[in-house]
Amino acid sequence: MDWNLLVANAFHAALGLNAIAYAIAAIGLNVHFGYTGLLNFGQAGFLAVGAYGTAISIVHFNVPYLVGALIGVAVAVLLALLLGIPTLRLRADYLAVATIAAAEIVRLVIGSTVYARWTGGSSGFSGAFARTFYNWNPLPAGTYSLGPVRLTADRAWFMLIGWSLVIIIALLVWLLVRSPWGRVLKGIREDEDAVRSLGKNVFARKMQALIIGGVIGAVAGIALVTGEQSVNPQTFNTQLTFFFWTLLLLGGVARVIGPVLGAVLLWLVFSVTETVLRSGASAGWVPDTLVSESQIGLVRVALVGLGLMLLMIFRPQGILGDRRELAFNVR
Amino acid sequence: MSADATSPSAPIRAQVLADVPPVPGAPKPDPILVADNVTRRFGGLTAVDVEHVEVQRGVITALIGPNGAGKTTFFNVLTGFDQADTGSWTFEGASVAGKPSYKVAQAGMVRTFQLTKALSRLRVLENMRLGATGQRGESVWRALLPFLWRDQEESITERAEQLLSRFKLDHMRDEFAGALSGGQRKLLEMARALMSEPTMVMLDEPMAGVNPALTQSLLGHVKDLRAEGMTVLFVEHDMDMVHDISDWVIVMAQGKIVAEGPPEAVMANPDVIDAYLGAHHDAPVTEAEEQQQLAEIESDIEAELSAPDESPATEPSTGGSS
Repeated sequence: MDWNLLVANAFHAALGLNAIAYAIAAIGLNVHFGYTGLLNFGQAGFLAVGAYGTAISIVHFNVPYLVGALIGVAVAVLLALLLGIPTLRLRADYLAVATIAAAEIVRLVIGSTVYARWTGGSSGFSGAFARTFYNWNPLPAGTYSLGPVRLTADRAWFMLIGWSLVIIIALLVWLLVRSPWGRVLKGIREDEDAVRSLGKNVFARKMQALIIGGVIGAVAGIALVTGEQSVNPQTFNTQLTFFFWTLLLLGGVARVIGPVLGAVLLWLVFSVTETVLRSGASAGWVPDTLVSESQIGLVRVALVGLGLMLLMIFRPQGILGDRRELAFNVR
Repeated sequence: MSADATSPSAPIRAQVLADVPPVPGAPKPDPILVADNVTRRFGGLTAVDVEHVEVQRGVITALIGPNGAGKTTFFNVLTGFDQADTGSWTFEGASVAGKPSYKVAQAGMVRTFQLTKALSRLRVLENMRLGATGQRGESVWRALLPFLWRDQEESITERAEQLLSRFKLDHMRDEFAGALSGGQRKLLEMARALMSEPTMVMLDEPMAGVNPALTQSLLGHVKDLRAEGMTVLFVEHDMDMVHDISDWVIVMAQGKIVAEGPPEAVMANPDVIDAYLGAHHDAPVTEAEEQQQLAEIESDIEAELSAPDESPATEPSTGGSS
């Protein structure tokens, strides 16, 4: 077994682009579900509008990178309003259905040939839109080494900014949820009618939570396409949303650090299982009849699924959750 | 403390209502809540059809009636938790008809629920703090700047702790509300409603599922509310409690108000006995009656068991023939 490869891969997976974007997206989802009890099954849609809003405005309208990012965020606010106004007055399950549908609509529209002139259709577009971000890189060009881990200057710059973003967003959410505002959200999660009876405007608070979580999702989308330097509609499929749910439940719902820990762990497990299986396969330990080279990517997802099942059985509150909170039958 | 506070004032309250004729829709000297022509229909069923009713300020008014009389629906309509088909009602002279429930609560009319709504995964103290109105930190922007709301939070916490000790929940302040017993949740819900400093408290079956010992303390708390100048309107089935604490009783049956008056007069009113205590009452008035009811239920059950083929459509009788 190549331990250096294992460590290098693990580092890139657990602290790299995907972990950063997934952590941010799941923080947004945590604002929705963990604190407000909104069942959002369409977080991928918020990432998509953030990513495309940014990329399209940079590519087609030549706006500066940060202005593009602001446009992406603004589109996410619009999507949240559009979703929330008809559905937030209804029971929680309606929002779940509406969000999953909205995310699919977003993905299909941006991938359709009708708007291909703007969105690049099903193949999306890659290239220069994120260039400005990397032009700001103050790190001298070259490759950096940390033991077995090798980083290009651009990658290092992205990780630096990415993790700063994660920390800033987590801090903001922490400030919000420990305030009286956050208390109203948690009250809504437990029982909206009780909160209403105390003179709180539940609809407005739910809308604010939907917008804030959606905006955080859009930031994750912008981070994702900035890191990949390409946008593709297939990135934002329903499966992406369920990865966010997986890592949120893994880390612990309604914990500020839960989604961050969840994202790091999820990608760490992905990477380690893949590296182990691949090196096992090439060394002949894993027989080809059992797991072929092409199946390894799927087996690691199956293993994560198994891990999640075990977690739900033995530690349903997630890694950072408080078991006592599950003792009460809510709803 | 409740006895000291209320006993001298109770006769005065009774005097206020002494000249009010005990008829449905009677005008009160100082009504805080006035409702006219309120109807609520569910398909073909008219759940609420109230022509006119006034609730006197500063007294305890009970709203009684058999199951399905529309009491809770009327409550929901008044507090904005349900929409009336027709009607208007004013609270302290201002119309609150059709207003969303949170605005009704902000106006000073705060309710509790028949099925207690403790916010389980919030701690008891947080439940209490949530009740306070006009919190600066509930705005999303100010929430990010704790120094703007920290002082207010401290005074809220102080008030919450006073109320918790008054309701004997102070030892539970750091527990999750979900860990409280049913009776403690009722207390918490009432205390939380008081955090909003209401002028009128609407209690929907405050005694449902509460053991007799706690009933006494809850009664004391309700009397305290009156002593503090609040108006109380409550729905209740327990006739002993209604008799004990209410200054005025309003009786509903089949959506309409069929009688009003002081408790003694209402309970002697033949209309009420027909509508409520007669045909469908839930709570036995005397012990003998309770025995009789139990015997009837038992014989009903026996009859049903011995004749299992009988039509299941027959309503399971709860002393329906008494």
